[in-house]
Amino acid sequence: MTAASSDEIMAVAAARMLQDGEVCFVGIGLPSLAANLARATHAPDLVLVYESGTIGAKPSAPPLSIGDGELAETADAIVSVPEMFAYWLQGARIDVGFLGAAQIDRFGNLNTTVIGSYARPRVRLPGAGGAPEIARSCARVLVILRQTPRAFVERLDFVTSVGARVEAVVTDIGVLEPEPERRELTLTALHPGATLEQAQANTGWPLRVAPELKTIDPPREVELQALRRLARAAPSTAIRT
Amino acid sequence: MAAITSLSDAVAQLVQDGDAVALEGFTHLIPFAAGHELIRQGKRGLTLIRLTPDLVYDQLIGAGAARKLVFSWGGNPGVGSLHRFRDAVENGWPVPLEIEEHTHAGMAAAWAAGASNLPFGVLRGYAGTDLARHTRVAWIRCPFTGEELAAVPALRPDVAIVHAQEADRRGNVQLWGIAGVQKEAVLAAARSIVTVERIVDELEGRPGGVILPSWVLDAVCCVPGGARPSYALGFYDRDNDFYVRWDAISRDRDAFRAWVERHVLGTRDHDEHLRLLGAGR
Repeated sequence: MTAASSDEIMAVAAARMLQDGEVCFVGIGLPSLAANLARATHAPDLVLVYESGTIGAKPSAPPLSIGDGELAETADAIVSVPEMFAYWLQGARIDVGFLGAAQIDRFGNLNTTVIGSYARPRVRLPGAGGAPEIARSCARVLVILRQTPRAFVERLDFVTSVGARVEAVVTDIGVLEPEPERRELTLTALHPGATLEQAQANTGWPLRVAPELKTIDPPREVELQALRRLARAAPSTAIRT
Repeated sequence: MAAITSLSDAVAQLVQDGDAVALEGFTHLIPFAAGHELIRQGKRGLTLIRLTPDLVYDQLIGAGAARKLVFSWGGNPGVGSLHRFRDAVENGWPVPLEIEEHTHAGMAAAWAAGASNLPFGVLRGYAGTDLARHTRVAWIRCPFTGEELAAVPALRPDVAIVHAQEADRRGNVQLWGIAGVQKEAVLAAARSIVTVERIVDELEGRPGGVILPSWVLDAVCCVPGGARPSYALGFYDRDNDFYVRWDAISRDRDAFRAWVERHVLGTRDHDEHLRLLGAGR
């Protein structure tokens, strides 16, 4: 088997943060791939909740959209969108929210709305979707995105979702976690082969680093095999191999 | 009582230029045939309402039918941008597009309020975000606990249009699978049109089936394949390949215009549109 790419290491590291039996509200793209990887490996009883109203979906491949037919066909229950957001999410029934973003700041606040000004955006992004309420109503929040100076910015162009409940940010370089006092994101672990300099160069603010910087265990063969099987089966690949 | 009519008659009679129109369906059962009929009939100045504009509103926006968009997530799921939506917001092409954007939870609460004949919906949301400064949201205090909550104005469109699996001959409608906000949109709207895959003698109860009685609807139209390229559970799958291909079609203004000319304006109805799509593969 070829060596794991940095994207694959990121997906594996994120999947490991989900525990078996947890209830996870899943965003599309990288979060969905990682959540499905967790369910295919160490967390077979992970409950996947998609904002389309499918609770306990068990797709054989990561869906292209949050409402693909296979999610409905394999779900334990299908509820309307108002019920999903009011009873299940706001009702605090979800353990962990799993989000992506275009931009993140040092406090885990997320932008998925615009690059540039709101009135005259340079890039109009899709917008909020379910993210703001996922970020505030799940007991804990995981974020997964590639670490670049354009994504890890000193100041967000727009605050779409508030980062107060972010527990970890998993990137293609390492893992950042908020320190308890100011809740500033701190680099706590590097992926195998990644360097501190690389992490600093790809962060748009002076990056705090934990005193004992850990190294993530490299993907095991069973994890990598499962990930590649899922990525091949997906209609659109969220990761670079 | 709903009239069972052709889609072209329903759109001609029930949708006026300048109306607020909601074509709902959350990924599943998106009423594409009705969206195309709005383009064919050259409707203009519409306020389009939908949680996820999806390809159907990308097409309406690119065709110049919309003046305003009320939405909560404007992307091509799993693929990327809605390029016609972006071009309208970033460059005002083909006409400037006013936007009012919410979160899914906010839109869902606004739909439930509309269906409930209440002036606003209430939720824990928007606090601490920049959205609060750019959209129609206000803060209210709970009269019992003092908690501060977000209020969003109810959605009350002129027309709701949804797609369902089936209707009976009296125009009672049943849909099942992912049900999104279709019931709320129909009950919140002044008028409503439902397109269906088939008309049957008697509706057979389905697990999780949503019933829309004939007496809350204005028109029911039999349009098989009316949700393609989205899907109708039990009838056909989502055409994920088309969603991926839409990226290239919509990225370029001329390519988009050529597609609309040929596939929508150049076809008489949805049957012909689907035949052409099939032939073009």
